[in-house]
Amino acid sequence: MATVIIPTPLRKFTGQKTKLEVEGSSVKEAIEDLALNFPDLKKHLIDDNGRLRTFVNIFVGDDDIRDLQNESTTLKDGSVISIIPAIAGGSH
Amino acid sequence: MSSNTAFSKEELARYNRHIIIPGFGIEAQQKLKEAKVLVVGSGGLGSPLLLYLAAAGVGTIGIVDFDVVDDSNLQRQVLFGVSEVGKPKVEAAKERLQQLNPHISILTYNTQLTSQNALDIIKDYDVVADGTDNFPTRYLVNDASVILGKPNVYASIFQFEGQVSVFNYTDASGNTGPNYRDLYPTPPPPGLVPNCAEGGVLGVLPGIIGSLQANEVIKVITGVGETLSGRFFVFDALTFESRTLNIKKQANTPQVTKLMDYEQFCGVKAVERKIKEITVEEFEEWQTSGADIQVIDVREPVEYAEVNIGALLIPLGKVSERATEIARDKKVVVHCKMGGRSAKAIGELEEKAGYDNLYNLKGGITAWMQYQQQKELAN
Repeated sequence: MATVIIPTPLRKFTGQKTKLEVEGSSVKEAIEDLALNFPDLKKHLIDDNGRLRTFVNIFVGDDDIRDLQNESTTLKDGSVISIIPAIAGGSH
Repeated sequence: MSSNTAFSKEELARYNRHIIIPGFGIEAQQKLKEAKVLVVGSGGLGSPLLLYLAAAGVGTIGIVDFDVVDDSNLQRQVLFGVSEVGKPKVEAAKERLQQLNPHISILTYNTQLTSQNALDIIKDYDVVADGTDNFPTRYLVNDASVILGKPNVYASIFQFEGQVSVFNYTDASGNTGPNYRDLYPTPPPPGLVPNCAEGGVLGVLPGIIGSLQANEVIKVITGVGETLSGRFFVFDALTFESRTLNIKKQANTPQVTKLMDYEQFCGVKAVERKIKEITVEEFEEWQTSGADIQVIDVREPVEYAEVNIGALLIPLGKVSERATEIARDKKVVVHCKMGGRSAKAIGELEEKAGYDNLYNLKGGITAWMQYQQQKELAN
């Protein structure tokens, strides 16, 4: 089991849950598990070609999966996955 | 840095608590005085950022913003008070900051940062601090900083969540860290991530995040401590969890060599479509012809109390909420003081509520009153 931290803009798709437990031995499997339980979340994470969207970054522990093994990055029991989307607020 | 930056007796007294910190001292204070920082956006993040940079003694601060102070800003934009409502933000900010610290220079740019003016404005500064509220400007600030080789101290907020980093920072050994495009090569489609005006923001959050941003600006300038270059800080005010994540340059990030059309890049070009306008002369014709028209004033109540033309008052921040009061079956003239806020109101109503019968009064109530005066003089 790994923990996924859901960022504010995506909480509306998880019933306002901030953290979720997911099954999977890789990031890919964890995202698939997440998408299965929260189908609305899926289109915000994955594009029509099944690739991770470019305005969303995924970190395992403190590291960007693009600097690890992308979606094949392995997960251990207790791994923490952070989804970090682009946000732009600040002025108004 | 040079020891020829002299401090007056007043300045030495003022900055005493900086000067006595071991490892900071007069040298760091000199660097602050010699530094030129451009703050893009003087709203939620810009408020604490500007207050602390001015108080700390950053010698030259530039402020870019084209907005005016609105009632709905005061919940978080602590730079402004009730008496500044309706004033251009850069003017109100300059007055407040000069009062806070008369030993520094404040330069204002009462304009929107665009691909046409960005390089010219940014080139004279050492550090850029981005506290804007939309993706096109975020990418513009990033790209201009990359082209000009300036560090970009970044902060962004949404509802209860904030992010801080230092992009495009070149360290002492000449290595330049990641920039915004290494993190997010392309923006989300419009509408997916709402801005504060649509999604809301907890008032104290920009206070927390903007202060962290000021801290990073000070470290970038003085070289004291370790900046957030190569790291990305995220804070959730609801759960009080923060994480500092590692970020790196990505091999496949396209090199930025020139600025582009950022509205198009972010898919928000449609928002820019032209709204219908009428001149004060046409407005008068409509009125005297007895045509059935509705007139809406989107200024603030205090401005309305000062002078009005009998229009229905719906301040800009309330137009979406009170859209049911705006007619769809006849021509509606929307005005504010100069025409800027009413143009925004029309854009919002057209985009979100599908209105097609709205006309912006060119030059606003100011033009209308000038026109009336001229007519009186002519008679």
